[in-house]
Amino acid sequence: MASATFKYLRPNRLPHIWCPGCGDGIIVGALVRAIDKLGWSKDETVVVTGIGCSARSNAIIDFNTFQTTHGRALGFATGLKLARPELKVVVVTGDGDGAGIGGNHLIHTARRNVDLTTILVNNSIYGMTGGQYSPLTPTGSFATTAPYGMVEPAFDVCRLVEGAGASFVARGTVYHVRQLEELIGAALTHKGFSFVEVVAQCPTGFGRRNRMKSPAEMMKWQRDHAVTVEAAEKLPPEKLAGKFLTGVLHHEDRPEYTEMYRQVIAQAGQEGGRE
Amino acid sequence: MSDNGRVRLMQGNEACAEAALAAGCRFFAGYPITPATEIAEILAARLPQVGGTFIQMEDELGSMAAVIGASIGGKKALTATSGPGFTLKQENIGYAAMTQIPCVIVDVQRGGPSTGLPTLPAQGDVMQARWGTHGDHPIIVLAPSTVRETYDLTVTAFNFAEKFRTPVILLSDAVVGHLREKVVLPDPSEIALVERKAPTVPPGEYTPFRPDADGIPPFVPVGRGYRYHMTSNVYDEGGFPATNNHAVARQLMERLHQKIDQHLDEIVLTDEIATQDAEVLVFAYGASARSGKAAVKLARGQGIKAGLLKAKTLWPFPAAQVKRLGERVKAIIVPEMNTGQLVGEVERAVRRLPVEVLPLNRYDGLMISPEQILAKIKEVM
Ligand SMILES: Cc1ncc(C[n+]2csc(CCOP(=O)(O)OP(=O)(O)O)c2C)c(N)n1
Repeated sequence: MASATFKYLRPNRLPHIWCPGCGDGIIVGALVRAIDKLGWSKDETVVVTGIGCSARSNAIIDFNTFQTTHGRALGFATGLKLARPELKVVVVTGDGDGAGIGGNHLIHTARRNVDLTTILVNNSIYGMTGGQYSPLTPTGSFATTAPYGMVEPAFDVCRLVEGAGASFVARGTVYHVRQLEELIGAALTHKGFSFVEVVAQCPTGFGRRNRMKSPAEMMKWQRDHAVTVEAAEKLPPEKLAGKFLTGVLHHEDRPEYTEMYRQVIAQAGQEGGRE
Repeated sequence: MSDNGRVRLMQGNEACAEAALAAGCRFFAGYPITPATEIAEILAARLPQVGGTFIQMEDELGSMAAVIGASIGGKKALTATSGPGFTLKQENIGYAAMTQIPCVIVDVQRGGPSTGLPTLPAQGDVMQARWGTHGDHPIIVLAPSTVRETYDLTVTAFNFAEKFRTPVILLSDAVVGHLREKVVLPDPSEIALVERKAPTVPPGEYTPFRPDADGIPPFVPVGRGYRYHMTSNVYDEGGFPATNNHAVARQLMERLHQKIDQHLDEIVLTDEIATQDAEVLVFAYGASARSGKAAVKLARGQGIKAGLLKAKTLWPFPAAQVKRLGERVKAIIVPEMNTGQLVGEVERAVRRLPVEVLPLNRYDGLMISPEQILAKIKEVM
């Protein structure tokens, strides 16, 4: 296992800059092992990130890697994928990056069904800027900009992208790392827009302020509150209160954008387009 | 192609779209806004005919991001907008300047501030084009004054973008963009195209941001065996963040500027009309240069020695050209459809010379007329 991970790291970019106990490294590990299993080459794989702690995932991995602007990774990735449909494009984003500043791009990329995989690291907080609330911060939790507790309700980001038209939607956690690796693998092989929310811990920005003393405690919280969709089917509603679902939440096959556009090109060549 | 096919009645925006295709543009991402929309509409029809890709994004921020993504993928890429949309693109224009990604941004200016005079002409974005992004970086800005010039400068914009690895802004305006004129298009075989410089070393030896002697690092699109990292943070020659290294930060800034400053002779484009014996000079660009040219003709008809210096490159500013002519004339008149944006640069260029610099401004959505300029010429003669 470990060797597969190291095969894809840039040794001279280590050590990484994340805080002790951060979930981001575990997600990078799951991502590169999933890619390794699929046998994708380093040259055909592109990882695009925005800005944030999770965006620092890509400098350390030996693919074609691009750190772009805050919230705009999906715009860059869309342009790149449209320009070069043969490339495998993965976007790693944070909850603020993907669902806050980049929320508009998230829903529209899902709607277009561009063949991209987006991994949204949900650590409930703006980590890199030091613990401000995000659109996924649970109501009542504390953040530097919510000193009296978060007033706003949080998005269910999986239902958001499903509603917007994403054709593959899954949720995993950093604690359930084997399941996460499988979910990412399934997302990568899906043709169309695939989305994986990863519930992760930010001990520094979120935990300290919300009475979760250690990273281990935060991961135990993930263990105790995650219920797989399969298990949930057999549970009565009262047992599901306060829990969240993991696994593949939505999956459909519908026409993918770059393939549709190839038909436009074929048609325009014949008809000369309609002006 | 027969000459007939090349003689056309065409709008400035149409010339821009056609020139982009001729220059090898194969990707457009944009968001509709008057008076730039025709460029998107034409390319939506024309790009797929040549195997290219058009996408209408959800907003200008996404459009600019997609253009950079497509350029990283190896395509010549374009976006077109007007003032408010230009503002939204600025963050990513800065990204392209920092990471040295070739791309072309068209801003067909309209009256502002804000949505101001949405369908009326203005030249209010000259300073936004130069300084709209955060931080210091050089930029190339070209401004056409006729339909044919829109065609030529669009091709030039792509060539400069590829050659110097930089975003290039084509600063058009509602007059030039919407005007229809008879044009004779160049034969495609006469159009010189520039492609980005590829590395000459094998992948293992490629240092993605190490410049050659000309100041420009070779560039290779992703997926061709040359893997690299790109970041908007201050980076070293290998492309990795070096935000704690002041020497690297200083060198990067200097290199970004030098790659433009070293090539001013090539980049700064101007036209001169009747300047040899001129005693008064009109300095103008874009739509105002049309009136400037007519005013000079009217003045000459009345025996007044007037000349025109027309800037086709606004940034880097043609300071040397202004200074050279400023040594010979009594006064320089600077007509602009704004409250005076480039006049300050003219003053700077001639600050040690005994020459008067006179602004002439209009910001009500109407063009400055040749008569207005002529009247100003007569004031100083
Ligand atoms: C336009 C813009 N606004 C704000 C910032 C500052 N900023 C950098 S990272 C960040 C928050 C990132 O939070 P999130 O996406 O949740 O990622 P995390 O750091 O938690 O992984 C912000 C607001 C920026 N870089 N650019």
